[in-house]
Amino acid sequence: MSTDAIFHMNLTNAAYIVAAILFIVGLKQLGSPATARNGNRMSALAMLVAVLATIVGNDIASWEWILGGVIVGSAIGAYSARKVEMTSMPQLVAIFNGFGGAASAVIAAGELIRLIDEGAVIAEDVSITIMASVIVGGVTLTGSFIAYGKLQGIVPTRPLLLPIRNVINVALLIGMIASTVWLVVDPSITAFLIAGGIALALGILVVIPIGGADMPVVIALLNSYSGIAGAATGFVLGNNMLIIAGSLVGASGLILTRIMTKAMNRSLMNVMLGGFGVEDGASAGGEEETRPVTSIQPDDAATMLAYAQSVIFVPGYGLAVAQAQHQVRELADLLKAKGISVKYAIHPVAGRMPGHMNVLLAEANVPYDELKDLDEINGEFQRTDVAVVVGANDVTNPSARTDTSSPIYGMPILNVDQAASVIMMKRGMSAGFAGVQNELFFLDKTQMLFGDAKDSVEKITAEVKDL
Amino acid sequence: MFDAEALIIALTVFVLAIFIGYEVITKVPPTLHTPLMSGSNAISGIVIVGALLVAGKADGITGQILGAIAVGLAMINVVGGFMVTDRMLKMFRRSGQK
Repeated sequence: MSTDAIFHMNLTNAAYIVAAILFIVGLKQLGSPATARNGNRMSALAMLVAVLATIVGNDIASWEWILGGVIVGSAIGAYSARKVEMTSMPQLVAIFNGFGGAASAVIAAGELIRLIDEGAVIAEDVSITIMASVIVGGVTLTGSFIAYGKLQGIVPTRPLLLPIRNVINVALLIGMIASTVWLVVDPSITAFLIAGGIALALGILVVIPIGGADMPVVIALLNSYSGIAGAATGFVLGNNMLIIAGSLVGASGLILTRIMTKAMNRSLMNVMLGGFGVEDGASAGGEEETRPVTSIQPDDAATMLAYAQSVIFVPGYGLAVAQAQHQVRELADLLKAKGISVKYAIHPVAGRMPGHMNVLLAEANVPYDELKDLDEINGEFQRTDVAVVVGANDVTNPSARTDTSSPIYGMPILNVDQAASVIMMKRGMSAGFAGVQNELFFLDKTQMLFGDAKDSVEKITAEVKDL
Repeated sequence: MFDAEALIIALTVFVLAIFIGYEVITKVPPTLHTPLMSGSNAISGIVIVGALLVAGKADGITGQILGAIAVGLAMINVVGGFMVTDRMLKMFRRSGQK
């Protein structure tokens, strides 16, 4: 290597350290909404430094193809980032995860082809990491696309359970190990393609049995995988920048996964095995619900709210579906103008991805300090006059505290039932995702307001204005 | 050639980075979890570095095409991820703040 080349290599590695520091400080600044935007800019700067350093430090032979990739990729990324609705953010993150995984797998393929073409002896650590890269990348790609399909409603959101899925999964795992061994012993494109194909199939099979409401866990996990795939690619190429940034993302996804599963009182294994609520749902559906509920009209709901002193809104996935965030904020502003205390209670798994409700309400201009998480708000329900549940269900079910036979027993819930009265906005009497009837509906203090959430909130707002 | 020393160094970096990530990210409040996901998504676009290396070293047309595809996929993550995160973070405000 010429001294010039060594100088460039050292320069690149020094720049990588700068980029790593910027990534870490950027993530640290995500620790508070006040500094978060700046933190994101720092991460973007880190990426720019890393890319420039790579270009400077390496002889890049041909530019045409790379430039084409940069232009097309940037255009697609920028377009989707601008156009996406805040309600569809889970879909966007899911599909981006998939692209990240795909990129890692494609890089591994390119590197393997180059090594084989050069006729080089491929060391065991390189061939193993190539396989790790393609397997994690492949699973992330198809898994994310299925998750996207479920969120978008293209793929049925209910858990799909193949009868012999365990046999298939085990067979695929064996095939994966076998092809890895094959590639290590005798590096060939065929072995690589078999492993890649298996990984793609596995991604589909792993996500398809998981129900729609468990998607927050799946997305967080796939997010982690896309980082781990990147780190594995770093091992393939012997590049520390990839290892560091990939690990940061891997850690982030794992932490979010744990927070989500804890908030559902379930193990990751239990989520991944899928089929949650299927068996229980069948039996619950068997016994017709005959207990009476009290229903209420928007005008009476408006009176209740207008004469309350304190109100807590409890948003859930239904809020996102009805796109009712702006209407809820308008009603909340109206109540606040009357001197009523208004807060929002956010359960960690409300919505279809971690923090989904917070982004929707931020979009509707609700200040973030009015959004309270589980621990902050749960003590306050007993001092609250009216709790308004907008499109949330299982996370308010009091039987999670008491009924040991319930599938959601032990799940931390919002203590909505402790408020003096409850208005429950819902389309109908259907059970929640867990397949169990919500005991909250049948309490004397609960008034059901049936209909589209957006429509109901608009009517209440109009009535409150007239009072 | 199997290079044990290089592998150990890479593993050291990997393990330390996981720990730093864990420490930093546990401090992100729940209200920012969606931007955290989209932002870390953008960071996983760091594979752009790998894509550039592979595309830059490729001799044959297959390698160049694979490199270009990888560059494109990674750029979707980088540009889309950072932009959408910024779009979200712009909306977060405190009470009384315009």
